[in-house]
Amino acid sequence: MGGTIGLNVKRKEAWAKVTGQAKYTDDFPTVGHYTARLLTSPYAHARIISIDKTDALSIKGVKAVITGEDYPNFCGPLLLDRPAIANQIARYAGEPVAMAIAVDEATAALAAAAVKVEYEVLPAVFTPQEAMKPAAPLVHENIGKYGHAAEDINPRPNSNISSYFPVRKGNMTEGWSNSQVTIEQEFFLPPSDHLAMEVRAARAEISKDGMVTITTSSQAPFEVRKQIAECFQVPAGNIRVLVPFVGGGFGGKAPVMQELLAYIASREVAGKPVRLVMDRKEDLTAAPSRAGLSARIKLGATKEGLLQAAELTFWLDNGAYTDIGPYMVKAIAADCTGPYRVDNLHCDAYGVYTNHTYATSCRSFSHESLTFCIERAMDLLAEKLAMDPLKLRMVNAITAGHYTPTQVLGTFSNLGNLPACISRLQEMTDWQEGPPVQITADTVRAKGMACFWKAATPPTNAPSGALITFNPDGSLNLNTGVVEMGSASQSHLAQMLADKLGISDDQVHVVLEVDTRLNPVHYKTVASITSYIAGRAVMRAAEDILAQLRKMGAEALSCFPEDIEIKQSRVYARQNPDIYIEFKDIVMGYKDVFGNSIGEPVVGRGTSMFKGLSNLNPKTGKGQSGPAWTVGAQAVEVEMDLRDYTYRIIHAYSVMDVGNLINPEGMSGSVRGGMSMGISMASRENFSYAKNGRGEMTTPSLRSYKALHIGEEPIYELDFVETPQLDAPYGMRSMSEHGIIGMPAALANALSKACGVAFNQLPLKPEDLWRTATGTGAVAEPMMAPDAAVAGAAAGDAAGADASAAAFAAGAGFAEGGIQ
Amino acid sequence: MMEYNEERCVIELQVNGLARQVMVRPADILLDVLRQELGLTGAKPGCKNGDCGACTVIMDGWPVKSCLVLAVEAVGHQIMTVEGLGASGGKTSSKSSSAGTSAGSSSGNADSGTGNGSGNGNGADSGYIDPVQAAFVQANAFQCGYCTSGFLMVCHALANQKPDAEEYEIESWLESNLCRCTSYQEVRQAVDIMLGRS
Ligand code: FES
Ligand code: FES
Repeated sequence: MGGTIGLNVKRKEAWAKVTGQAKYTDDFPTVGHYTARLLTSPYAHARIISIDKTDALSIKGVKAVITGEDYPNFCGPLLLDRPAIANQIARYAGEPVAMAIAVDEATAALAAAAVKVEYEVLPAVFTPQEAMKPAAPLVHENIGKYGHAAEDINPRPNSNISSYFPVRKGNMTEGWSNSQVTIEQEFFLPPSDHLAMEVRAARAEISKDGMVTITTSSQAPFEVRKQIAECFQVPAGNIRVLVPFVGGGFGGKAPVMQELLAYIASREVAGKPVRLVMDRKEDLTAAPSRAGLSARIKLGATKEGLLQAAELTFWLDNGAYTDIGPYMVKAIAADCTGPYRVDNLHCDAYGVYTNHTYATSCRSFSHESLTFCIERAMDLLAEKLAMDPLKLRMVNAITAGHYTPTQVLGTFSNLGNLPACISRLQEMTDWQEGPPVQITADTVRAKGMACFWKAATPPTNAPSGALITFNPDGSLNLNTGVVEMGSASQSHLAQMLADKLGISDDQVHVVLEVDTRLNPVHYKTVASITSYIAGRAVMRAAEDILAQLRKMGAEALSCFPEDIEIKQSRVYARQNPDIYIEFKDIVMGYKDVFGNSIGEPVVGRGTSMFKGLSNLNPKTGKGQSGPAWTVGAQAVEVEMDLRDYTYRIIHAYSVMDVGNLINPEGMSGSVRGGMSMGISMASRENFSYAKNGRGEMTTPSLRSYKALHIGEEPIYELDFVETPQLDAPYGMRSMSEHGIIGMPAALANALSKACGVAFNQLPLKPEDLWRTATGTGAVAEPMMAPDAAVAGAAAGDAAGADASAAAFAAGAGFAEGGIQ
Repeated sequence: MMEYNEERCVIELQVNGLARQVMVRPADILLDVLRQELGLTGAKPGCKNGDCGACTVIMDGWPVKSCLVLAVEAVGHQIMTVEGLGASGGKTSSKSSSAGTSAGSSSGNADSGTGNGSGNGNGADSGYIDPVQAAFVQANAFQCGYCTSGFLMVCHALANQKPDAEEYEIESWLESNLCRCTSYQEVRQAVDIMLGRS
């Protein structure tokens, strides 16, 4: 072992990124390219009656105008429900309805605007609540006829239900009768955006002999290859997908969208190279967003706070097309209780079509939303129990020996150590029970916390691979299918590889650009699974190299292979370390002093595929959807002005069990970045839609859709717990997304405490808080009858019931602001 | 057949110390001309609406959003992009101990495999590391790197124009730029390093 683990090695591409040398998709020369621009639907739901291209085509320099009729092929990673361009029906405002291709961008934009479309506006649905009503307009008339790329997702014909996953465990009657205290509450999170700073872009060209080359800002080059091949019947081997640096993805660049458009654009102009760059408005409205979530949570506990029963219903707003939504629903089902032991469990998780921009994972596969609901519910339960919310979490924390919702037996290896995270958080935050701290007559400070867990939910056979070649100076080239989009995954892999081979980190060069023709297949750079699944492949490739070096070294040094040691880029026999061969003299094959050639050049090869994962049982949910969980506890401290509900987030804390802190500064940066995104999302971000019958997004720019700027950020305090995941390289758990997960909940808990009002929906803008607290503005009818809030509570007399009732009165149901 | 195009004009821009002639439409923004005509792709489009700062370049010593400047407006001004950072006329003044260091082991192995932008504009003197770049690397003040050129430009101008900036001034300068990957704490730390405050 080379001792590179635990060092603050800088990311490999650091200097490329501070000199402007790092190339992203649209940074390559545009000479010789046509440019495509989109025309998008102004309506959330409309029938396309006619499209007139005449004016557009008459503009000088316009090469083609494509509409949905030209390419009616359906695409999608799980359910084939989405055409590249809307065909006959537009299902969200922002959906592409035509694409113009011209000699330059200005001309293409002019042409796109000159396409005339006649629409018939159809009734639209904007929330899962509306979409689930029996008479709701259907977003898709023909769900039953769509092809499936995955068989386990259960879309329901003649409804807006796009997927369904149930979980059943234990005995609910028993669970409720053991519960002296119950709470029931609904939660609502609107959709929002990933807001990667690089807008989506792609280029495509097709050679005369049918070879397709696509350059794209994607997290999933191999999925691009797959979908182009399947949707357009192109042999997969004819498709080459290139991904240079990606300017942030957060899940939003895992769907295949701009690539399909660029591909058909090039096809339409005889294979000429075409570039398509979405503008920010399109990136926000046309391209996939973060899914919204609605939930109804009912929890029951003993007087001591031990959870006895949970009845949970989730409705994921996957927008107009499913994309990966069904598996987000599956992930919600699998982790539905949050990181707590609940033996009696009834959970229904639905994916629901609406006429929103279609949605996909945003940094934690909906765990930030799931966690919001569960962790708000835990605070409500603590309040009703008159119990310290931290203590309530501690006594219920899931740990080794407990079963997860899908009946996986927990171990320290697969679960980590949540109680240790909570204890550490308690120390760091100086957690105190009791009321908010009065700062001035009108301002108070309060803390709120949240715990989380998340397991990845990849396809059960998701693959990865690594190829390692050497250079004549003894350094090596690590070649994987992993995309560099900011998470430094490849740099972490390099660090592990250096350690494993006993060489220094600067001897590992990383191939940062992905080329599906050269790089071994890697499922997608998502779900923080890289360190696990690509890590396994890299470790195997390293073993392969070590075996070759041992064999060659033994021959060259006349000793047994098992005596060979490999350290500091040298190969030697253990008993005789002074006689050694430098890597540079052996990795390209060895030549002894007599000129005899020994061995051959070294190439390392390793592949891997998830093992032991299973589909979830369609009735009980039993099964294993991910390899292991990452757990953590987070908190925020706010200072709030009770007069106008404005607030500052003073501190944000995070304690995460990462298994092994292989790069403390780099990993801390990932966690802080996630926390920052969570704070931004919860405190200010949401898509709003006009209530004018058209349903267009009213937040389609960075001026109307506000993200956190410098000066608004809290002081971050982090710590880590290291409980190794035994089947992961170096015991390192998935961690690059996870900073976000508990932040929205912790913020809502802090604000609810500061105000004494339950805030059960996002976002938490001062105006929203004021509306909820004062009941200002029309409050929508709750889905749940008010008295249901205490139904099932055998003893409604628990201390704190009054406060809790007040909280319900203030927070129950969905305020108008959230229903847009 | 030769065609006279009345929609375009030839202008001369001063970019990274060099005079460059380009043919532009009057409506072309400086950002697009730098990127597409001069190959200076360090400045990035993030919104083309003045909201994100990823396109920031230096004009006569001050940061401007190049998506809000017409190329024809830039005539007669000194433009500097991230590619000119550290070259003569593009050095960041700094009180930090690492000021003006030469490239050494700290530069790591920055092989990107994605092109190295050689030949674009007036590159930095080889071996010279500009303090603002060194500070960003040291503080891990970027992840995906897409916002980085913009932040570097603002920080460069800040160091040269306001080396004694108070915290609130630093904030108000950097407020112009968005980063979605980092927590901003790292960017602040980089500024502190650059200004010799940590
Ligand atoms: S692209 Fe210029 S400010 Fe965003
Ligand atoms: S580093 Fe990705 S946006 Fe700043």
